[in-house]
Formats: sequence, C-alpha cells, structure tokens
Amino acid sequence: MYSMNFLFAAYVAIWIILALYLFSIHSREKKLREEVQRLKEMIESKPGRPNRK
Amino acid sequence: MHDRGQGRLDLMLGVLLFAGMILALYMAFLQAPREKTMGDVQRIFYFHVPAGITGLTAFAINFAASLIFLVRRNRFWDNLALASAEAGVLFLSIVLVTGPLWAKPVWFVWWTWSPRLTSSLVLWMLYVAYLLIRNYVTDPDRRAITSAVFGIVAFVDAPIVWFSIRWWRDIHPSPMLETGGLSPVMRPALWTCWAVFQILFVYLLRRRFFLESARQDVEWLQRRVDLAR
Repeated sequence: MYSMNFLFAAYVAIWIILALYLFSIHSREKKLREEVQRLKEMIESKPGRPNRK
Repeated sequence: MHDRGQGRLDLMLGVLLFAGMILALYMAFLQAPREKTMGDVQRIFYFHVPAGITGLTAFAINFAASLIFLVRRNRFWDNLALASAEAGVLFLSIVLVTGPLWAKPVWFVWWTWSPRLTSSLVLWMLYVAYLLIRNYVTDPDRRAITSAVFGIVAFVDAPIVWFSIRWWRDIHPSPMLETGGLSPVMRPALWTCWAVFQILFVYLLRRRFFLESARQDVEWLQRRVDLAR
C-alpha cells in the first residue's frame, strides 16, 4: 500500500504536467487569435481602405 | 492557426494519441507483471523511461535544428528548435518528478547526487535557460542566433546523461534493455508506452511549431501596421 501511494502520485503528476502545458499552449493560441482580430479591425477601420465585411 | 490539411492531421494524431494512452495504461497497469522486489511502484518505469528517451530525442532535434539554422538562416529551423526544446523540457520535467517518487520507496531517499541524476538536472536547467534567453532577447535575428548557439552548447550534456550509467558507478539502474535485465514479459508494455510518448511528442511539437510560426506572422503584421500609421 505504501508503494502504491508513490505510484499514484507519479501518475497524477504526469497528468498535471501535461495538462498545464496543453493549457499554456491553448491560452497562447487564444491570445494570438485575439491579436489577429485586433489587427484585422485596425486595418479595416483605416480610412481609404475597402471594408471587407 | 494553420490550414485545413494540417488540422486534419492534428485531429488524427489526437485520436491516435487518445487510443494509445488507453492502451499504454492497460499495458503498464494490467498486462505487465508485478515486479518481485519493488512491487507495484516499479510500474512508474513504463512512463519514466519513455519520457526520458523522448526528452533526449527532443534535445537532439533542437541540436540539429540549431545547427541547420546557423548554416541556412531559415526561420523554419529556429521554430523547430524552439518547439523541440520546449517539448524536451516538458518530458524531462516528467522524468525529474517521477524519478524521486520512484526513488523514495526503493532507495529510501528522494534524491542523490549521482552522475545520472545530476547530469539530468543540469540538462533540464540548461534548456530552461535556453527558453529564458529566447524570452529576454527582443530582436528576432539576435534571439535566433543566440539561442541556436546556446542550444548547440547545451546539447553537450545530453550524451553525458545517456552514457553516465555506462561510464561511472551509479545508484541508478544500468541500461536494462542492453544488459538483458528487463524481463521479456515487461518489454511489450515498455515499447507501447515508448510509442505513445513519441506520438505525444510529435503532437506537441507540431502544435508549438505552428503557434510560433503564427506568432511571428502576427509580429510582422504588427510592424507593418505600425509603419503604415
């Protein structure tokens, strides 16, 4: 039973590390999408530029 | 972040990864026999060893990509170097966390400054430093060159990690696949877990690579917009 606790802790740790990394990639992707949207809006609102909407 | 074909490949990799993870858990927990001396805690081995091999593979890719970048000065190789270094740090983190959790009930200590453990920790620190350098250098060209040189130098420690248990006396077990110390009935579980870690590595490498490419495109667009103002 004593060694089972370590086995359980190791597997939980692996899942936590992987989940944190995937979450960090996902949030960076989301931030980038927001930035692309902001740039799009900035370009489209520029006077003299055709509005693509 | 990338085109439809790439998205489909990512989806396929994701499905393969999900099925592979279930198979790996089955193999490690149910198919592999209970080790006689260490008991169930030995099952950490099925994830600890593949994570270590995958981490070293990632650093080898970083080394090769850094070298090619310095020769060709193509951003593709710089992005690949970054993606592989980040994945390598992730897998080595798994190794450095699961190692002490296995060591405590078997060696009765969490950590010992043996050649294998020390060189692994140094390798992890070197690549964390590599990622920090990338964050702190703001000029894209300088950042790419500096990190490529640092990546090549940092890789010197990888063969030391690999050969440490062959070169020096160490509390860490010797390479069991080479010495025949691993029972044949345990091998299918190890190979399955190794294959799943490789798929996971490819999946993460692709996602991080495309994220970096998209970030550079946005950075370039921002500069254009700022200039046009």
